[in-house]
Amino acid sequence: MIRLEDVHVRLGQREVLRGVTASLTERRVGVVGANGSGKSTLARLVNGLVLPCSGTVTVSGLDTRRHAARIRRGVGFLFTDPDAQIVMPTVAEDVAFSLRRKGLTREEVERRVREILERYGLGEHADHPAHHLSGGQKQLLALCSVLVLEPEILVMDEPTTLLDLRHSRQVAALLRTLPQQVVVVTHDLPLLEDFDRVLVIDEGRIVADAEPAAAIGHYRKMMA
Amino acid sequence: MSGLTGAYVPGDSLLHRLPAGAKLAGLAASCTAFLLLRSPAALAGAAAAVVLLYVVSGVGVAAAWAQVRPVRWFAVALFGVQLVFADLPTAASSTLRVVLAVALAGLVTLTTRTSALMVCLERCLAPARFAGLDPFRLSLLLSLTLRSVPVIADLVSRVREAQRARGVERSPRAFAVPLVVGALRHADALGEALAARGLDD
Amino acid sequence: MTDEQSPPRRRFPAADVARVSVFAALIAVLGMPGALNIFGDAVPITLQTLGVMLAGAILGTWRSALAVVVLLVLVAAGLPLLAGGRGGLGVFTGPSAGFLLGWLPGAALTGWIVERGGRTPSTVRLVTACLAGGVGVVYLCGIPVQALVTGLSLGKTALLSAAFLPGDLAKAVLASIVARGTQRAYPDAVPAVHRERLRAGGR
Ligand SMILES: Nc1ncnc2c1ncn2[C@@H]1O[C@H](COP(=O)(O)OP(=O)(O)OP(=O)(O)O)[C@@H](O)[C@H]1O
Ligand SMILES: [Mg+2]
Repeated sequence: MIRLEDVHVRLGQREVLRGVTASLTERRVGVVGANGSGKSTLARLVNGLVLPCSGTVTVSGLDTRRHAARIRRGVGFLFTDPDAQIVMPTVAEDVAFSLRRKGLTREEVERRVREILERYGLGEHADHPAHHLSGGQKQLLALCSVLVLEPEILVMDEPTTLLDLRHSRQVAALLRTLPQQVVVVTHDLPLLEDFDRVLVIDEGRIVADAEPAAAIGHYRKMMA
Repeated sequence: MSGLTGAYVPGDSLLHRLPAGAKLAGLAASCTAFLLLRSPAALAGAAAAVVLLYVVSGVGVAAAWAQVRPVRWFAVALFGVQLVFADLPTAASSTLRVVLAVALAGLVTLTTRTSALMVCLERCLAPARFAGLDPFRLSLLLSLTLRSVPVIADLVSRVREAQRARGVERSPRAFAVPLVVGALRHADALGEALAARGLDD
Repeated sequence: MTDEQSPPRRRFPAADVARVSVFAALIAVLGMPGALNIFGDAVPITLQTLGVMLAGAILGTWRSALAVVVLLVLVAAGLPLLAGGRGGLGVFTGPSAGFLLGWLPGAALTGWIVERGGRTPSTVRLVTACLAGGVGVVYLCGIPVQALVTGLSLGKTALLSAAFLPGDLAKAVLASIVARGTQRAYPDAVPAVHRERLRAGGR
């Protein structure tokens, strides 16, 4: 459950979000809008990477201003560019990095890493350099490193932008199977077709908030 | 561990089995000793010892040459200069001293796993924790650098291709500015991802 | 959860971990063959000192010194990250060891001078910083160590090193031009601006 109440965000000289209020309870929430409209900023608010200048953001009842650390443990974040998100030289090491503070034994860490890599088809690459993966495989690895922590909420900022058709379909299919609440920022409109709710952002405000067909229709008209 | 590998030659010799810390300490002591050795006879003895150690290690001639190769021209030049300004014994001993120090260091590199040396060097840097750099962050810095080398290498080729497309290949500034800006953007995205993965919490 | 109410201010936040690592990697990559051949393919000139000066000018004193330390530790551990694929302990006992170790105070001094320039360091300051740190300090560390290792006198060693001076001066000028261009395109590339932003807590 994510709540934004009259959120304003100013970055440098620019007022990036101006009075955003929303309460997100649906399992699949999409966010669309023009370049620079403030989507990424909105996504970053959810795990406290960006803090509101005024207004409040709460996640499961916790204020991101005061409990950023605890919130980040429950909110996984997937960025557009997997290269900027994979921090360890090899595939298995990167997933294990996520588990570093779980207080697990080495065997348990290895078991969980192997399990999640197998599940997403990266099992045979466990000891390969991350650099040798394809773009789509890198995005899957980034996703594994997030999902291994079993977050309650998953926020994704344009997860399919750098992927080819096959890999973005794979991610779309995967999104459908995830048990978590998922918030996806994207320009890939078909991805949102079976979502529960779509927000349209323009110039820092929510200008439409409806089920996918209506919201996307509004967005297309706006962009025409 | 990352596609990048060191020069380690697997083996089971006495040198391979010595702990990395002991080898580093021995190397430091020997290099100091080489500097203090003045007589050509003493240096010849040291040279014999180094050769003997190479034989014991069993790393092979090719691996040994690869270690000394980088200083070959320097050694030749030094020998020539010393021969002109001083005499043959001086030329021989100072050249020998340079080659010996490099060869012995190379032997440690050849007989010690990169990961073992890294652990040992990390331990040497442990006092950095008083400056706010705990051992975990230190080893993260090392892994993150290894991870970043291929990413930045890719960035170099992408920037160069863009250069070519714009026809400004020859301008170093038109190449380096986008490269450094790109590297910074990448670094800042990486920092954000690290924060999202809880590094600062 | 009082510990969460006021998160401890990190002395070394994630943003800096990332910048230090990426610049250490950038210095390594600038040494790879064909990374940048300014003078054509004929002159094999290492651009790693260019990276060292850029690290100083952009990361500032401590972070740039740390980037150099990180790179040198990896090199010492045996990884071929120096120009021409060199690596291993041999480079630290060889005749150029001082020049290599000089990168550390060199980057730091470059950073220190640039940091005194505030939010918009001028080109003159950048050139001065790169010359003093990237050439001055590096030679000051490199020449005595080489003299010690080879047994040549300081004067003769300096004379021999002078062969590299024109190239290094050119690189220092290039580094300052590149640093200036970068800082105009990306204001956060100025150490003082970056520090202010981290202090403001805005990511
Ligand atoms: N650190 C910053 N300082 C100043 N302005 C910023 C900063 N970060 C973002 N902005 C500005 O805020 C606006 C919104 O940025 P944001 O990244 O949220 O947009 P977006 O909707 O995700 O766009 P895109 O579709 O291009 O990803 C942009 O105009 C951007 O230039
Ligand atoms: Mg965005």
